[in-house]
Amino acid sequence: MTTTEELTLHTEPFVLNFGPVHPSTHGVFRMRCTLDGEVVLDIEPVFGYLHRGVEKLAEERTYTGFIPLTDRLDYISPMSNNLGYCLAVEKLAGIKVPERAEYIRVIMAELQRLANHCIAVGSMLNDAGAYYTPFMYAFREREKIIDLFDMVSGQRLTYNYMRIGGVSQDIPAEFLPALKKIISRLKKWVEEYEVLLKQNEILLARAKGVGILAKEIAVNCGISGPVARASGVKRDVRKDDPYSIYDRFQFDIPTGEAGDCYDRYRVRIEEMRQSLRILEQAVPQIPGGAVKADVPHLIRPPAGDAYAHIESPKGELGYYLVSDNSIAPYRCHVRPTSLINLTALREMVKGWKVADLILIFGSIDITMGEVDR
Amino acid sequence: MFKFERFGLGIFKGMTVTIRHLFRHPTVSQYPEQRLNISRRTRGNELIWSRERCTGCATCAKACPQGAIEIVTAANTAENKYNVTKYRVDTGYCIQCGLCVEACPYDALFMGFSFERAKYRRADLVQEDDALAESPERPASGYFHPDIAAKLPEQTLLVDKITEKRKKQ
Ligand code: SF4
Ligand code: SF4
Repeated sequence: MTTTEELTLHTEPFVLNFGPVHPSTHGVFRMRCTLDGEVVLDIEPVFGYLHRGVEKLAEERTYTGFIPLTDRLDYISPMSNNLGYCLAVEKLAGIKVPERAEYIRVIMAELQRLANHCIAVGSMLNDAGAYYTPFMYAFREREKIIDLFDMVSGQRLTYNYMRIGGVSQDIPAEFLPALKKIISRLKKWVEEYEVLLKQNEILLARAKGVGILAKEIAVNCGISGPVARASGVKRDVRKDDPYSIYDRFQFDIPTGEAGDCYDRYRVRIEEMRQSLRILEQAVPQIPGGAVKADVPHLIRPPAGDAYAHIESPKGELGYYLVSDNSIAPYRCHVRPTSLINLTALREMVKGWKVADLILIFGSIDITMGEVDR
Repeated sequence: MFKFERFGLGIFKGMTVTIRHLFRHPTVSQYPEQRLNISRRTRGNELIWSRERCTGCATCAKACPQGAIEIVTAANTAENKYNVTKYRVDTGYCIQCGLCVEACPYDALFMGFSFERAKYRRADLVQEDDALAESPERPASGYFHPDIAAKLPEQTLLVDKITEKRKKQ
């Protein structure tokens, strides 16, 4: 006798390896997904494909010699990485940065936030299936910001611009006029981008309520940056532990409520507006003077340790350095944003479909270089 | 589930943005024919070294995080100076960070300004002595040398909307 149970079609969970070189994994990242049909039951992130042992490399290099390698951690926003590392060394050695250099640093860090969020929203929408239009528009604006970085540092990807005690060179004369043009251009662009997508039904249907990250989980996992703020965690290192000269500027911290993909997208767009606001305040205030404190090439910070953290575009980025009074760090540890933000991925994707998994993953905005170090 | 209230309106608005782009200036350039001016501080993929100015102090070699610079000097006691017998850069290891150029106290080292310097063999990446000299094919960039930067052509910015075709040199 056949029972009803034998007559129904069974589905069996199966394991699918997603990545490491899948175009949707934003780098060499592998997810071991347990699927039931198209429904994601569980995922296990497997990383380490890009591991270069950067922390160990730091221990073999001089303090200045490590700055070019910090570029290569989060290669989407190298300026922020430069800044975080230089702040840690300055804290360790007790170096005071000239006023002009502080302003240049803030301008660079905020431009970098804009450039990073261009990629973040562009590629997230690409993952949502919007393909090339928003992606191309976002990249076009990013290229314009990169023009500025190119102008000051001479490189389009690995800037190596910040130095211990300031920045490597002063900004050229044509920089500020170009920056003003870009600020006004970006303001218009953000509005246009909003028209393009804010009420787009497909985006709303794909992103609203998808991949919800509860506030408690976000806090417990140590999530930071736009991902945490979208879940309603009002935390921003620029306000909570002001570094550099951020306490001189007026800006708001945008937060979301639902903690879904749409909120993460919205928070990033809002943050771009706030960054533009900071830039507008910083440009007229730039004082003259030196751009670098008198720091020798081979510095020997006194024995001790220091931790400095910044609000990088992706979240809290920290550098912990231990010095034994030699020319190289005794120990260097990076608190990477992407790695820690990734820890909540499992909670976010459970129960969603594979197509949503890609969008949720894209909405976290990670760089594999930073995850694996 | 998400409810479609004004179905199509959002997409229509988005379309107007896309259509407006049809009438805008292109921000791309047809690369080999149409060239943009690169930054005056470009760190091209070669180093330019001046034998005349170099004193053999090896500060550049110490500053290099990659250990890409090898310098051998012989002491010239008669004239009380060093003679550089070998100056070799392995550009395959070089990460174009520019720290050596910043460190050189005698302005003897420059980053390259040209960027199309691909090689067929790895061995060609190791450059030595006079192969590192400045020449019309190997101009020096203004990275850390403001006097050279002032002479180089101004950078073309995408924000200035490049439309007219640049004259072929
Ligand atoms: S550019 Fe950097 S990596 Fe290259 S030789 Fe100079 S210091 Fe070394
Ligand atoms: S630092 Fe300058 S002067 Fe000294 S060895 Fe290097 S290139 Fe020559």
